[in-house]
Amino acid sequence: MNTPALTAAPAIAGETRKSAFSYWLRVLGPFLGLALVIAAFAIMSGNPARYLSIVNLRIVLTQTVIVALGAIGMTVIIISAGIDLSVGSVIALSGVVAALALRSGWPPSMALSAGLLLGALVGFINGLAITRLCVVPFIATLGMLGVARGVAKWMADQQTVNIPPTWLNQLASTFPAHAWMLMAPGVWLTLLLAVLAALTLRNTVFGRHVFALGSNEAAARACGIHTDRLKLWIYSLGGLFFGLAGVVQMSRLRQGDPTVAVGVELDVIAAVVIGGGSLNGGEGSILGSMIGALTMAFLRNGCQLMGWPNYIQEIIIGIIIVLAVAADRLRAARQTAN
Amino acid sequence: MTLLELTGIKKSFGATRALDGVDLDVRQGEVHALVGENGAGKSTLMKILSGALKSDEGKMRLRNGEYVPAGPQDARRQGIAHIHQELLNCPHLSVAENILMGLESHRYGWIDRQALNRRALDILRDFHHPAITPERRLADLPIAARQIVEICRALAQNASLVLMDEPTSSLPREDVQRLFACIRRLRGAGIAIIYISHFLEEIREIADRFTVLRDGQSVLSGSLPEVTDAQIITAMVGRPVENLFPARQPSRTEDRVLEVRHLSAPPAVRDASFELYRGEVLGIAGLIGSGRTRMVRALLGLLPAQTGEIMIGKELLPAKNQYSKLDALMARGIGYLSEDRKGEGLAMGLSVADNTTITNLSSCSRWGWINRRSQAVQVERWIQKLRIKVRNPESPVARLSGGNQQKVAIARLLHQQARIILMDEPTRGVDIGSKVQIYEAIAEMAEAGASVLLVSSYLPELFGICDRISVMVRGVLSPARAASEWNAETVMQTAIGLGAVGSAEKEFRV
Repeated sequence: MNTPALTAAPAIAGETRKSAFSYWLRVLGPFLGLALVIAAFAIMSGNPARYLSIVNLRIVLTQTVIVALGAIGMTVIIISAGIDLSVGSVIALSGVVAALALRSGWPPSMALSAGLLLGALVGFINGLAITRLCVVPFIATLGMLGVARGVAKWMADQQTVNIPPTWLNQLASTFPAHAWMLMAPGVWLTLLLAVLAALTLRNTVFGRHVFALGSNEAAARACGIHTDRLKLWIYSLGGLFFGLAGVVQMSRLRQGDPTVAVGVELDVIAAVVIGGGSLNGGEGSILGSMIGALTMAFLRNGCQLMGWPNYIQEIIIGIIIVLAVAADRLRAARQTAN
Repeated sequence: MTLLELTGIKKSFGATRALDGVDLDVRQGEVHALVGENGAGKSTLMKILSGALKSDEGKMRLRNGEYVPAGPQDARRQGIAHIHQELLNCPHLSVAENILMGLESHRYGWIDRQALNRRALDILRDFHHPAITPERRLADLPIAARQIVEICRALAQNASLVLMDEPTSSLPREDVQRLFACIRRLRGAGIAIIYISHFLEEIREIADRFTVLRDGQSVLSGSLPEVTDAQIITAMVGRPVENLFPARQPSRTEDRVLEVRHLSAPPAVRDASFELYRGEVLGIAGLIGSGRTRMVRALLGLLPAQTGEIMIGKELLPAKNQYSKLDALMARGIGYLSEDRKGEGLAMGLSVADNTTITNLSSCSRWGWINRRSQAVQVERWIQKLRIKVRNPESPVARLSGGNQQKVAIARLLHQQARIILMDEPTRGVDIGSKVQIYEAIAEMAEAGASVLLVSSYLPELFGICDRISVMVRGVLSPARAASEWNAETVMQTAIGLGAVGSAEKEFRV
């Protein structure tokens, strides 16, 4: 009956090995997916040189910027066991606001700030609805999806807002004005912010509290963490990133368009989930989410190069999302079985 | 020196008196055991101490000052830490992060990981456990190690009183000893521990003094070496058996309808075998956490079974192939009443009529169309028979009282015409009047030739209605014996693991 004490040690060693395996699976899984997608298209296109050319890579990276920026904010939210469905609308709204600011003669930096702050404000309101009105995040941000879109159309008077040429327009240009930059400034900006966000999540008290909140809200609360205040910060921070994505979107279109970016939230959530984020909270990484965003961009781009129609892309991406989550569930089930 | 003193604590939930005058004094640096049957009020008392609930009456004093916690956080600040039975921690974070949650070492918001791990290690050093290192993810640790992490967290927060609610219920034997070493170290550091456990052997091993709760009152307290086990058990169960039970006509036959052989679903269920005969009521006694509920669930395929065979009539089913087994079992006449009425027993938002007929809709439908009138007629019959108090059978079950809800669940079993009925705590949280009607229904089922397996924590009920009784101890089911061969003391002794366990285990292990 009594297991001899000696058998305990090997059992624990085995557990460590198993958990190390599942750790690497979690970290490398998204990379594997990305590599598979790239390899598949490189082979199928019959012209790997073109698919993997510098020019095409630049195009893909530039296309990724908006989803990737959104995914940074969404990663934080999803790790905290939350969700934000208002991303697409916030992108449109902050793009419109930045465009209006530019049109009325604000300096570009102020217009950029206006877009960012508006995004953060919308996130803050989401946070208020979640913490004060006790509406679950799904519903609170579903409501905001409608509200922000409506406000964007209202402010833009249901038209696109044209903007004067400024350096803001350079943010997402595939071929940057200064050749030494190699890639669009937006790509570098995204990279920088991703690194910052990853460090914040890993190494700050705020970041660890985000994980604690997503892992077990009751435990976090019992340890004296102000979970409500934390949620306000999380959704505001998320909104800040969505606002930035909105300004980049505006810069890409060279106008503020209140009807743009419908459904982008789903791409953003998919990027986080493909990258190993769990909608139950407590899991997810910025690196993973970036890989997830890239995977989807390469998929889209590959389908375009192959000349496949739009609907094929949609079908493939849909299947990939489900498969990614299925893999995630399988891993989680194995972990609890241990 | 007295650390905590409670006098005349009372607490009611609606009409139920959970606590009805509890006195308790806990001294600095002692392990104080709190014992009592399930439902005696131990958990309520813990919740009041940890600030999750407020008492209606009574006084609490902590270190010579009045103690009125504003909430769980305030209680923690005042040095009272509650180690929950279901551990409250963040599985995705590291050991160090869990121990020092809310107290992280940081510089301008950036975590000083080295300092964090060092501080965690300082606390951990006293509780050496091979699996625990500060950097490991908590999810990768076994339960016992997580428990130690939680104790360390209490230490990090400078607790002077630690409440432990059945800390050993989910631990393997060798970890229990490790936990006890931890507790002794806490005691050595002058920290007081309130220790809840059903296991007298454990209490004797670890505790200094004790208090017995029965029906919400503290009935006996003192120093452990000065009392015998018999005295404690008498204090725990010493209540009159109320006259609630119907006179049973002997209906048991020798016709075996269900046989379960060596069912196991580790870690909760290790070895359960029993036979159920036509027309009998077999009672399963045992403490909460002893594996009774999980045994039933494993039998039904609601929990993965590892080994075992189930024989219904002459048909043999291996317990292991669990998928969609419940269907197949129900088709063979098995009915199940879950202990979790709100979570899984009833669909709270659906009507009384739908809940009653849901397992046997074919009785009132044709080609998939439900004949509402036929349904209403049949439901009306059950409402009459069980005296369910409901004005309109179409109103949602959620609006009924607990007792009437439970009667709806029983009506469903009757409507299903189940021949083998597995009931888990059918009278928990039910008023006396409904209890009597539920007992009558059980007796009638047996007399009509059904077989009932009754899992219950309420001893008088087991004695009042069962033909045979079997006791579950730490996942092992003792052989069934006629109810007349048991008494409250022997059931309790077996259930808390005194004497009889060893022999029971031997019988099963051979």
